[in-house]
Amino acid sequence: MSEKLLEIKDLRTSFRIKDDYYAAVDGVNLTVNKNEVLAVVGESGCGKSALAFSVMGLHTRAKIEGNIMFKDKDIANISPSDLNKIRGKEMSMIFQDPLTSLNPLMEIGEQIAEVLLLHNKQLSKEQRKEKVIELLNKVGIPRPEQVHGQFPHELSGGMRQRVMIAMAIANEPELLIADEPTTALDVTIQSQILELINDLKQDMNAGIILITHDLGVVAEMADRVAVMYAGQIVEIADVHTLFTNPKHPYTRSLLNSVPNSNEAQDKLHVIQGIVPSLQNLPREGCRFSARIPWVAESEHEDHPELHEVNDGHFVRCTCYKHFDFPDNEEEQQHGIS
Amino acid sequence: MAFLEVKDLKVHFPIKGGIFGRTVDHIKAVDGVSFELEKGKTYGLVGESGSGKTTTGRAIIGLNNITSGSVTYEGQDITNIRRAKSSVRKDIQMIFQDPYSSLNPKKRVLDIVAEPIRNFESMTKKEERIRVQELMELVGLSPESILKYPHEFSGGQRQRIGIARAVALKPKLIVADEPVSALDVSVQAQVLNFMQDIQKELDLTYLFIGHDLGVIKHMCDHIGIMYRGRYVEEGTVNDIFTNPQHIYTKRLVAAIPDIDPNKRAEQRAFRKEVQTEYEQSFNDYFDEEGLAYDLKPISDTHLVALPEKG
Amino acid sequence: MWKFTVRRLLIMIPQIIALSIVIFVLAQMMPGDALSGMIDPNVDPERLEELREKHGWNDPWYVQYADWVGGLMQGDLGQSFRFKMDVTELIGQRIVNSFWLSLATLLFTYLIAIPLGIISGRYNDTLLDQTITGYTYIGFATPLFIFGLVMLWVFGFMLGWFPTSGSVTPGLEAGTFEYFVSKVNHLILPALSMALITTVSTVQYLRNEIIDTKQRDFILTARAKGASESRVYNRHILRNSLLPIAAFFGFEITSLIGGTIFIENIFGYPGMGQLFLESITMRDYTVVTAVTLLFGIASIVGALLSDIILSLVDPRIRIK
Repeated sequence: MSEKLLEIKDLRTSFRIKDDYYAAVDGVNLTVNKNEVLAVVGESGCGKSALAFSVMGLHTRAKIEGNIMFKDKDIANISPSDLNKIRGKEMSMIFQDPLTSLNPLMEIGEQIAEVLLLHNKQLSKEQRKEKVIELLNKVGIPRPEQVHGQFPHELSGGMRQRVMIAMAIANEPELLIADEPTTALDVTIQSQILELINDLKQDMNAGIILITHDLGVVAEMADRVAVMYAGQIVEIADVHTLFTNPKHPYTRSLLNSVPNSNEAQDKLHVIQGIVPSLQNLPREGCRFSARIPWVAESEHEDHPELHEVNDGHFVRCTCYKHFDFPDNEEEQQHGIS
Repeated sequence: MAFLEVKDLKVHFPIKGGIFGRTVDHIKAVDGVSFELEKGKTYGLVGESGSGKTTTGRAIIGLNNITSGSVTYEGQDITNIRRAKSSVRKDIQMIFQDPYSSLNPKKRVLDIVAEPIRNFESMTKKEERIRVQELMELVGLSPESILKYPHEFSGGQRQRIGIARAVALKPKLIVADEPVSALDVSVQAQVLNFMQDIQKELDLTYLFIGHDLGVIKHMCDHIGIMYRGRYVEEGTVNDIFTNPQHIYTKRLVAAIPDIDPNKRAEQRAFRKEVQTEYEQSFNDYFDEEGLAYDLKPISDTHLVALPEKG
Repeated sequence: MWKFTVRRLLIMIPQIIALSIVIFVLAQMMPGDALSGMIDPNVDPERLEELREKHGWNDPWYVQYADWVGGLMQGDLGQSFRFKMDVTELIGQRIVNSFWLSLATLLFTYLIAIPLGIISGRYNDTLLDQTITGYTYIGFATPLFIFGLVMLWVFGFMLGWFPTSGSVTPGLEAGTFEYFVSKVNHLILPALSMALITTVSTVQYLRNEIIDTKQRDFILTARAKGASESRVYNRHILRNSLLPIAAFFGFEITSLIGGTIFIENIFGYPGMGQLFLESITMRDYTVVTAVTLLFGIASIVGALLSDIILSLVDPRIRIK
């Protein structure tokens, strides 16, 4: 059994809209082990980024309930100053858009040095600079001495993301959260960045949470996968099981809707309806039921729970047992909106 | 006669510099691109950011000025499309990337979809309304929703409103600039399926501009790969995906994430191999400025940018 | 960088030429001249005509314009009919006073705007922010000349804390410490009155910049690094929000000119603004054109300053 690094217990992250709170993350339980990549997949609005932000404590106006046990501390209920000792040191984060995530008015070197300064007061200015150059080298940035004094807009998208990664690994964190790290990048740059994250993972023995909507990225990177829909986890499995033996209707629909470069498909599968907005999330019963109306109501659970169908493979609700794609995809398609 | 023929297309943007802001140099966004579209087919224009693929599409439709070269549509020269006959302008329409910013938020769907009709055809209010309702039905949206505003629709629905606007004049050619890049996978599937359906229904020709090779492979018959304003390879889907010849294409194809986790190690090794080859043979495939050579045919359908001597 | 500056300076030349033509033509179109109101009505009209001829006022406008510009080039702004002295000399005395008043006003403007803007932006939508925003709305709505009068009445006449006119107490010798104190004392009330009103746009601007910067992605990055809230504000938000404020500086000069015209007249402060209004009522057009030209040039220079400051502090522009 691998060593547990992070354990999220019944996490609920709610946002206030007008006078009510709406949970974007609604009762999530999840563990991340050392030296493991856990991918969290879902479409926009499923709560995957809200989950990542909750772990990092980056929500400024959300109500967070539940526990997030990081090693021996509950970082969901911790003072801001204690949290700041952990963020950037023991856990760190990479964001989606490296251009907006870097301060446009600060030199690259200064931005990376800041994270060293914050967590290691002993280093002298020269030592910090040395370390920054070393980090830039490590993430594969050519001419690091020059880049040190440059500004974000002078670098390409791929280089900027490398800078973000250098910043994230500067203090050798045990947990790294990557929120759509390659979505804003070209495909060849994407493969280079993923390769880099892979190399670093082996180096650092860290746990990685990879937030993404791209199933190809999941297949290439993940050890385990959690699929999220409407604020809940609907399926968790190791990556091979998830791609070869997916159970939940949402997982299966998602997999069928991706244009697959390996085999020719005539028609892509279309999921009926739309992802509900935060205010309109169904809070009772199976949250996916509205999008598979041909599955009878009686086949859903009243209070859908995660069932362990195999060792380490969990699926929410019993509807998966009765789910099949409709024969006539045509018919299904015109029923939209 | 080709349906649409683009010949040696160049789009250069001036760089202003010096004290008096004179033009000191040009950015060669598109630099000598030629291709032909076949009627009723989908032609994919692929490249990474800065390759000039979007500029090419915008130049054809008249949104960017053409520096030199020619565009011929059904035998007529439409290089200067803004001065072309209105029948030709009606025939060529565009779908934009971002369904959130390409629809005017202050206009009702009725006015958005009817806009091209008002520009090109004279219809009474009633006829126009009926036509818009038909179009809404065609794109799978309820005809009653024509009085709503764009923000009341989801991303996929908005993109279909964009398509309704593009097909309002029964065009023959649609330039689709990354039509699904801003959409979630399940919504993307919806839009792609729909684009295929109406292609059959209206006998449309697509110029499909994109960077997601999975989508391109799914949608296109012919593909052109661009790099820094020039073509590096052109061919059928098969030519490009199973028999890529140019090192740039090989690298691009190798970079596509494989959806099968069991092939992970294999894929990684293959990618490393291609990367090594790319680094070693870069100078063999590109000239001193790092630009691609002219295309040379290697089969009936397959053209590759190779230097004079093999 | 130097290319940018040189280009920016070259652009100023046609701007200033155009400005001088407009001012000159407008002055020509004004009814009457210095002779029509000043001199005894019993004087023979032919004598007036002779005088006009002598001063060249009957020449075509372009000849007069050429004369005028020729004079300008040599630093000769003409003769003031009212003060019977060179305009250059006259303005020379006044411009120093206006300069100190403007400087003091700018100082007060930023002393008020920066802390208020920061508090308002950082704690937006709290009671404190609403109070500050309330002040800015009142500031927008209050006409400067009324506010100036109220200040003068309360602090000058009722409380007697500050002198009510002039730029220095008469009889003091220049260079002495008392002279300096008296100068400062005369400055405070007009400068503060103007700053309290003109600062509100800067307060709002800074507030909006801070609220905007707070929501930027790189602030998340800073928090994810483990930076404390105060460090996030001091290192990232403030630095990025103050930049547009710095660039705004040049344009402040333009709004100052409008303000000084009111304030100097209300507080009887002998500066350019007061000279300007006096000259208009006296139809002393040589002075009016000269002052207008200087105001215009000051605005153009202000815009230039803004551009140069922005290009100095923003690396995204600096590179070009």
